[in-house]
Amino acid sequence: MQIMILAIILAPLVGATISGVFGRVIGRVGAHLITILGMLISFTFAVIVFHDIVILGMPGINVNLYSWVMSGGLEFNVGFLVDNLSAVMMVVVTFVSLLVHVYSIGYMRGDAGYQRFFSYISLFTFAMLMLVTANNFFQLFFGWEGVGLVSYLLIGFWFDRESANFGSLKAFIVNRVGDFGFILGIGAVLTFFGSVDFSQVFAQAPQLAANGVSISIFGGSSWSIVTVICILLFIGAMGKSAQMPLHIWLPESMEGPTPISALIHAATMVTAGVYMLARLSPLYELSASALSFILIIGATTALFTGILGVVQNDIKRVVAYSTLSQLGYMVAAMGASAFTAGIFHLVTHAAFKALLFLSAGSVIIAMHHEQDMRKMGGLRRYLPVTYVCFLIGALALAAIPPFSGFYSKDAIIEAVKNSTVDGAGYAYVALLIGAFVTALYIFRAFFMTFHTKEKMDPSARAHLHEDTWVVWLPLILLAIPALFIGIIWAKPMLYEANGLLGNAVVNTPGDYVGVWTMALDALSSLPFWLATAGIVTAWLAVIQCPNILGFFTKHFRWVYFVLVKKYGFDDFNQWFFVNGTRRLGNILYKVADLEIIDDGLVNGTAKLIRWCSLALKRMQTGYLYHYALAMIIGVIAFVLWQVLAG
Amino acid sequence: MTNFPLLSTLIWLPILGSVGLLLIGNRSVMTVKWIAMIISVVSLLLCIPLWCGFDTTNAQYQFTEFMSWIPSYNINYALGVDGLSLLMVVLTTLTTFVILLASWNGKQHNSAQFFATFLLAQGMMIGVFAATDTILFYLFWEAMLIPVYLNLGMWGKENRAAASIKYFIYTFTGSALMLVAILYLAANAHSFEMSDLWAFKMSRELQDLIFIAFALAFIVKIPMWPFHTWLPDVHSESPSGGSVVAAALMLKLGVYGFLRFNLPITPNVSEFLIWGMIILSLIAIVYIGIIAIVQTDMKRLIAYSSIAHMGFAVLGTFMIYIIVSSTGNIQNAYLSLEGAMMQMVSHSFSTGALFIGVALLSDRLNSSMIKDYSGLAHKLPLFAVLMMIFALSNVGLPGTSGFVGEFMIILSSFRANFWVTFLASSTLIIGASYTLWMYKRVFFGQVTSEKIATIQPLHKTETAALVILAALVLFFGVYPEPLLNVFHASVSNLLSQALAVKTI
Repeated sequence: MQIMILAIILAPLVGATISGVFGRVIGRVGAHLITILGMLISFTFAVIVFHDIVILGMPGINVNLYSWVMSGGLEFNVGFLVDNLSAVMMVVVTFVSLLVHVYSIGYMRGDAGYQRFFSYISLFTFAMLMLVTANNFFQLFFGWEGVGLVSYLLIGFWFDRESANFGSLKAFIVNRVGDFGFILGIGAVLTFFGSVDFSQVFAQAPQLAANGVSISIFGGSSWSIVTVICILLFIGAMGKSAQMPLHIWLPESMEGPTPISALIHAATMVTAGVYMLARLSPLYELSASALSFILIIGATTALFTGILGVVQNDIKRVVAYSTLSQLGYMVAAMGASAFTAGIFHLVTHAAFKALLFLSAGSVIIAMHHEQDMRKMGGLRRYLPVTYVCFLIGALALAAIPPFSGFYSKDAIIEAVKNSTVDGAGYAYVALLIGAFVTALYIFRAFFMTFHTKEKMDPSARAHLHEDTWVVWLPLILLAIPALFIGIIWAKPMLYEANGLLGNAVVNTPGDYVGVWTMALDALSSLPFWLATAGIVTAWLAVIQCPNILGFFTKHFRWVYFVLVKKYGFDDFNQWFFVNGTRRLGNILYKVADLEIIDDGLVNGTAKLIRWCSLALKRMQTGYLYHYALAMIIGVIAFVLWQVLAG
Repeated sequence: MTNFPLLSTLIWLPILGSVGLLLIGNRSVMTVKWIAMIISVVSLLLCIPLWCGFDTTNAQYQFTEFMSWIPSYNINYALGVDGLSLLMVVLTTLTTFVILLASWNGKQHNSAQFFATFLLAQGMMIGVFAATDTILFYLFWEAMLIPVYLNLGMWGKENRAAASIKYFIYTFTGSALMLVAILYLAANAHSFEMSDLWAFKMSRELQDLIFIAFALAFIVKIPMWPFHTWLPDVHSESPSGGSVVAAALMLKLGVYGFLRFNLPITPNVSEFLIWGMIILSLIAIVYIGIIAIVQTDMKRLIAYSSIAHMGFAVLGTFMIYIIVSSTGNIQNAYLSLEGAMMQMVSHSFSTGALFIGVALLSDRLNSSMIKDYSGLAHKLPLFAVLMMIFALSNVGLPGTSGFVGEFMIILSSFRANFWVTFLASSTLIIGASYTLWMYKRVFFGQVTSEKIATIQPLHKTETAALVILAALVLFFGVYPEPLLNVFHASVSNLLSQALAVKTI
């Protein structure tokens, strides 16, 4: 099994290297063949490992491959922990990645950086697999930064576009703010547990929490060490999983090619933070304050970024804001200790969100890279496959039973409702309103794109058609899990003590009533009716009476203004952090460094010496009477001193 | 082979070689280049028996050589390497080789003299690292100034005269204090042998004074705030290879000095001074980092970034005292000190490579201003990839060597003090900002000027130099343990010296 796991992880790396280094030799076809071959190997083995561990119940493995650093009795290892959670994640990652590889053949056709693109997405898959199979914090951080790097490279893939370069830099630096917390968290783990291995940390954690070890950071107040560790690590998750206020990079990440928006900025990388919370669930369970913090952040993100999705006109940005919002749901689930529900939503979301993105991509290809929904409309006649797929994705996202999203999201809302940590009441309300908002924005986009009048140019209309199979086949393959995975996995994921996730995460299964009963019960539940209301509202606003929107923007201008400005986060950051740092840098450089230190102290010393020597030089006049005078003054002074002192 | 004077050969072969180059003069540039290259390659080959024959479990000096030099004062020609110096010797040889490769196609006047300065610098540097007699150490230390001074003064840019004088006087003043300290110690310990100075016991007050005298010499060399302003000047005026010698090798002398003198000779220095060093390191990381963000000249930017990265090495060096005093366990200090060593090695690779890269560009466009560049990735894709690797190492991304040292130092410092770790970790954000922002402006975007559109591609030798460094950056990022293994025993020995009580 160890060999298989190595193959899963390394096959994409090999593909990436070959296509990256020898791209020119193997050509475009060679590049996509080799990387897809790597992904096929990876996916096949991932399924086998999943089958062995999850279905057959074979024990997971936890091995170290080699020692990265050994220092003073500490060891940092590269190794693998493959249990139910990693096995599920590996299947999700390799499945979506494989489909995105295939889809990219169509989407990236004709792009000059074809080989580079395939190299990057395979490299990304490698880094993501390193992340989900890590058995210690160091390797987790390696994968964590690795996916961040490839995300940076891919957002800036079209590096002659200023907006892409801006977006990629922003994404990297905002993620680094999160990593700042993350590395402090790892430091804290090492300090208090004496190891960075998950197994050792989990083994010691209850003891540490019970002992009430605390740390004082700000003067007198002391904090429980487990809470401090949990919150520091969660700051890392906030960066990667784009939680408020570190969510600002995700909308800009849409500057990258659409396939990677599906793979990286929807299905996999951004869920790394959620994965980490689940992986560390034994730790997080020990700190109610950390959970409460997580719950509030998650719920806030779920609601407020969802609202922003309502005013977007770029089809990709709508889906991007929906990703932010859904990540908020997953994080909120973690905060409510519903780790299985959060991971379940991660899985269903990976399917339906990748589906939505790739469908949006299909629209974008057909529209010749036009992304503004105001210039679309009526596309259902031209793109029937995409239409159906987008609809399935939208229904799953809006959590309409029995689509996959329903089972996972319902479980989250239920868990938050029953949660007793501080802030659970607020979170419950936020998530409920979020359910309405979600349905509203996604169906607004759906109606604007596929229904209503056709608003594109006649020339664009003439070329509208479905792309080749490489584009629509992945859509169909993603639509299947988006439809059915909820029905199939709801029971083993959520309602079995030793189900799909085994004992990899902390798990308190509820009572199982059957998937169809759940779907029927939903008809009398609040979230379902809110979602339906959202769809109806979207239908009213877009199709029935489009004037509503004009009325709204006219009479609630300030609301609209706040939303378009995205609550002012971007402007504030630009003004305070970016320009502020630059201003500070200039002051430090020009005043402190150049004026005071260099000119004042350094050159000042030189000038002082020069001045002294000039003064001394003047005394050496060479005239005898000057020297004679000096001697006389000296003698008088000496005599006076002797007399006065004596 | 066992009695072959390897270290002497490594010191004197390049020095004599440089004399040879001067004798040949500028009649045949090709001959001169080939001789320089052959000497460099032979030195590199000689490092193989040195590396392989070194017993990593032994903390004692190995490959020792001893000759009486000035018997009346008991000054000897004594050489030897332990794990720390072995690494620095090999690093010096390797870097010089890479510099020669990168400068192979340079178009400077007086090539013979130009290449001679590099060989001379190589010999002197190895002398510094291999000397176990303090006077010999001091001799090489000061002699090291000559080739760098000449290189800068002869082949530098417009303001080279001012920069070279500033550099010379600055570092010379610092070293004078070191000489005073060495003489004082030797007069009382009756020996110039380094290990005898380590065993010498002093009162705490005296240790403070000696500490300050040594520290000032090293602070100027590294350099640390507020003695750092010579470095950006030197770098922006240096010729292509010169800044690489300065950045990749010369700065290491400062930290090496701390490890050889301050830690073992004055281990009981007052906590006030230790904290002073830590605060200066943090200033280097935060304040200098912020200044780097606003630089408009690539060379100055990398120079400031270099200061910030060396700050990490100094931080790791002095945090050992705070770690041990707050946890009471020597084991905890290893990670910090070994992190400092890793940081030095990695700094050589990535900062050296960044300087090589900028030098290649300014050779072509005759400018190192960021605003003169845009969209280079379109014209020089391979170069862009290589520079991306070095930029990422500069940012401290896992998988590159730049990550290793920073990670070790940040993690270990948490044991001692949260706020130190907090400030040090800010490099994650600041370092990413200045490095990647510069990269974005230079390599990304559209080709805006005719000069860039017609830029000359890289020569094979230049590519080779960068590829070697990139391979090292990636290899030691993924697997640093072989490197650490070289100095585990020596660090252990050093720590036991540095944490011993040597008061009377």
